[in-house]
Amino acid sequence: MDFDEALERFEPVLGFEVHVELGTRTKMFSAAPNPAHPDFHDAEPNTLVDPLSLGLPGSLPVVNAEAVRYSISLGLALGCEIAQSCRFARKNYFYPDTPKNYQISQYDEPIAFEGAVEIELADGRQVSIPIERAHMEEDAGKLTHVGGSTGRIQGAEYSLVDYNRAGVPLVEIVTKPIFGAEHDAPEIAKRYVAAIRDIVLSLGISEARMERGNLRCDANVSLRPRGQEALGTRTETKNVNSLRSVERAVRYEIQRQAAILAAGGTIVQETRHWHEDTGATSPGRPKSDADDYRYFPEPDLLPLAPSRELVEELRSQLPEQPVAHRRRLKAEWGFTDLEFQDVVNGDMLHLVEATVVAGATPQAARKWWTGEIARLANEQGVEASSLVEPEHVAQLQALVDEGALTDRLARQVLEGVIAGEGAPAEVVEARGLKVVTDESALVAAVDEALASQPDVLQKIRDGKVQAAGAVIGAVMKAMRGQADAARVREIVLQRAMD
Amino acid sequence: MSEITREDVQHLAGLARIALTDDEVTSLTSELSAIVDAIATVSEIAGPDVPATSHPVPLSNVMRADEVGETLSAEQVFAGAPSHDGERFRVSAILGEEQ
Repeated sequence: MDFDEALERFEPVLGFEVHVELGTRTKMFSAAPNPAHPDFHDAEPNTLVDPLSLGLPGSLPVVNAEAVRYSISLGLALGCEIAQSCRFARKNYFYPDTPKNYQISQYDEPIAFEGAVEIELADGRQVSIPIERAHMEEDAGKLTHVGGSTGRIQGAEYSLVDYNRAGVPLVEIVTKPIFGAEHDAPEIAKRYVAAIRDIVLSLGISEARMERGNLRCDANVSLRPRGQEALGTRTETKNVNSLRSVERAVRYEIQRQAAILAAGGTIVQETRHWHEDTGATSPGRPKSDADDYRYFPEPDLLPLAPSRELVEELRSQLPEQPVAHRRRLKAEWGFTDLEFQDVVNGDMLHLVEATVVAGATPQAARKWWTGEIARLANEQGVEASSLVEPEHVAQLQALVDEGALTDRLARQVLEGVIAGEGAPAEVVEARGLKVVTDESALVAAVDEALASQPDVLQKIRDGKVQAAGAVIGAVMKAMRGQADAARVREIVLQRAMD
Repeated sequence: MSEITREDVQHLAGLARIALTDDEVTSLTSELSAIVDAIATVSEIAGPDVPATSHPVPLSNVMRADEVGETLSAEQVFAGAPSHDGERFRVSAILGEEQ
């Protein structure tokens, strides 16, 4: 059903569960290295495992103090209260990515609860998203389905399991039902997840890269007919791994459910999977009852009772709120309203910021991200952040600033970086893209161009300096664009007068 | 008498991946009922003013520093694996969905 028609007949109610992988050095309950920490990103499968990661008999969990600090900081940044005392619980289910046959989570006593996150929509309106809770848990391993149709569960012949991710510290942030989103529902979904991402980044507790699974969103959507008090049946859409997907998935579910309800059908309470390629969701398993997980207090772990001193210490270290942060950056960078809106609406603020931190000027960083990189991302239908690292953009700009690259060459180098050919300096080296700074080579090329265009040479000698353009063009062509045009111009004028 | 039914026992057995014979279902139904009744008796004595005890030892905040410890070698990792490809564990194709 058409989105506007769906909204006319039904009121959407949203809810989100966002999982954040914490970037501590070690796992939640054991000293194995954490693949969500930058030092361990590229580990081979099953090399970041210890007896607990594999659920070997006799292994016992011990809580990572840093993960607790991170969780408290995150809870505080979400405006939550921090529990005086809380405990862990076992969530029991059988699945090969969870070798213990249970996940250690928090159930009735989360570490943080009752908060709110302020988000800002494109037109400047502010919306408050109520937070129910944020609790600590551990991530599961990673499954690769082999055989059948390319990695899907259906038709797979067997599955391969990598337990590196098993035990990575997670915080799951659960909102309360969000009412009144109306036509803004898809945008609210996107902005909310972006706000969580920004908070997590500002706290420095996770790299929060959606494409790497550091930040994962499950979107709950239900509809109720206009005027009805009771909530409709909800679906939970998983696998929404980019901001763009979050926005699209919510819009899709509203339209899908509206069509079913309008035709007199009923919505099944279930998990649904988002497919980026088709822009649709498909049914997964029916949602299990919480009872079926047979939660019970984790007997291998003692309760946590965060001291009020610790909570206040962490509160005093909180970075500024994202809205305030944005205002400060805008002032510091000196962007116009339009330039700044461009960056924010393109969801590039954190990228520009990281590029500035890495040494680029704000304007140069802005031009790269909202210009060439945005264009390429758009062309490939992916998020700009997945194309290139901010550090590499800063390095690229540094090469331009020191005269080693022209803008045109820099764009070619960018393409190489995106193609995975390495850091900018490596691409320059490998592709031989450096600006020709060899004066004798430039002079020789200029002399040759002047000799072949005697009429132009005469004009320059007669004082018609603008005629030099033709010679400069010929030299740039001879140098395959790898020369600094301003320097070439100087040489042309100098040689013409000799 | 509590209300543990044969269906409850069969459902729990399914969740726990335990195969039970009909006789076992019958005996477990009455045994689980007796256990639940016994616990109900405790609940009668401990009123709402007595908090449930999940941890009998009065300790909290037992934590470790965020320092990397030892990991297992590939040989150790796969020592007990029925099947693997040298890098990853190999398991039967999974029916149903990821959690």
